[in-house]
Amino acid sequence: MKMRSWSRIQAILLRGAVYLSAVLTAGILICLVIYILVKGIPHLSFNLFSFTYTTENVSMFPALINTITITLLSLLIAVPLGIFSALYLVEYAKRGNRLVSLVRLTAETLSGIPSIVYGLFGFLLFVTTLGFGYSLLAGALTLAIMILPVIMRTTEEALMSVPDSYREGSFGLGAGKLRTIFRIVLPAAMPGILAGIVLSVGRIVGETAALIYTAGSVAQIPANLLGSGRTLSVHMYALWTEGLFIEQSYATAVVLLVIVIGLNTVSASIAKRLGKGKV
Amino acid sequence: MIKNKLKEQVMHIVFLLSACISILAVALICIFIFINGIPAMAEIGVFKFLSGTVWKPSSNIYGIFPMILGSLYVTAGAIIIGVPIGILTAVFLAHFCPQKLYRILKPIIDLLAGIPSVVYGFFGLMVILPLIRNYLGGSGSSMLAASIVLGIMIIPTVIGVSETAIRAVPESYYEGALALGATHERSIFFTVLPAAKSGILAGVILGIGRAIGETMAVVMVAGNQAIIPSGLLKGLRTLTANIVLEMGYAADLHRGALIATAVVLFVFILIINLTFSVIKRRSKI
Repeated sequence: MKMRSWSRIQAILLRGAVYLSAVLTAGILICLVIYILVKGIPHLSFNLFSFTYTTENVSMFPALINTITITLLSLLIAVPLGIFSALYLVEYAKRGNRLVSLVRLTAETLSGIPSIVYGLFGFLLFVTTLGFGYSLLAGALTLAIMILPVIMRTTEEALMSVPDSYREGSFGLGAGKLRTIFRIVLPAAMPGILAGIVLSVGRIVGETAALIYTAGSVAQIPANLLGSGRTLSVHMYALWTEGLFIEQSYATAVVLLVIVIGLNTVSASIAKRLGKGKV
Repeated sequence: MIKNKLKEQVMHIVFLLSACISILAVALICIFIFINGIPAMAEIGVFKFLSGTVWKPSSNIYGIFPMILGSLYVTAGAIIIGVPIGILTAVFLAHFCPQKLYRILKPIIDLLAGIPSVVYGFFGLMVILPLIRNYLGGSGSSMLAASIVLGIMIIPTVIGVSETAIRAVPESYYEGALALGATHERSIFFTVLPAAKSGILAGVILGIGRAIGETMAVVMVAGNQAIIPSGLLKGLRTLTANIVLEMGYAADLHRGALIATAVVLFVFILIINLTFSVIKRRSKI
């Protein structure tokens, strides 16, 4: 009898801990989002989006444009490289190839390196050794290396989920390997690849530590890619170091949060479509 | 026909070269960080650098022991806060969650992983610091604040890997325990969880890697005093914070010392990564 009641108490305790944790996890996120929105939306003023930054308007518009520029530039570099290397790993490499395990190992290593180390590396290689100076280009190159493993991994998974019968069918109709890949395999794998790209856009938008010492923190839109410019996240950090613009920080946090939520929704809907396609 | 064959071969080589980019990237990162960091470390003296308790660039004294401790303390704090919540939430997702709720909860957790670290830092600054200041005293910027913020940040990482590991345990384990008369909870905690042990451990290690490498959020809430941390409510500085705070104006040996700080951080991360891949391979997730 005593044993029975103990096991019931134990069950209730365990169940309570599990429920509490789930509520806590969801609660933290909901608190954070609501807090930022409530505090930030009233400070979203027209001035914050003026074309140039001055200490009076503290405009985030230049930062927004720089964010878009850096995102596009990093994707331009990392997406083809990531897709091509995934193609090699999945479509070309023979099983048990030593190179493949080395590539996988290094990609795994890349995805674990902290962003500040990327920042320092970008600073040493692109900013000083190659002489780009603090520039959007240096920032974008650094971030391209950072998102490369994300794109590689998602593309690899997407390619592997394309059934072999597609490839065999294409070969059977007399298409070459290259034609099969570009006409049959890649289109079928596209939703998975897209989801990975959206994921890496999220990482770029949220990145700060890797950009401070590569793209720098000038609050204007530079005339060309070799000029320095801050992204939205760097803008927020810069506002914190200046310590004067709490309201504007709230407003920037709102914009960042809206972008991230938007990206997450897009990637989830792509993934959902992908799930449906499979069934 | 010949043109086609040539195209095939050219593209094969292009793909091969692309695949080598990540090897090249890791090699370059190692070379640049180590070449620029090791000489400074040698000049200061490796032992003096690692175990020195005073960091005073203005008088050319570089000891990063306080920062090593700082990084270890906040990482431990983050583990204490984030890991239990993460694992239990993963258990909830895998075994307690109704399908309908799962469709809402899963995107929420994904979002938690996607929020930029400056936003976490800012949230900590505006919400957690005042709470600590008002209820526990001190200035608020402290080991506790950094641990809480990092703890929140690693929750999605821990959940992601743990959930996969828990779901990978064969259903028969759970059913066997139920058949022996154990409750639903007991079956999960005493048969399913132990079976998923190494997968969960991999998740925890990934979380450690994330916590020790996190920069911006920590800089904003930890206080950043370059001294040996003296208490939960006292400020501290991590390895990452040391680099980001001073790199902007550092020159000569000071800059070298900061890059050497990155070397130490990098070695920590490599060890963590290696442990992760070994455990992951063993648990096959």
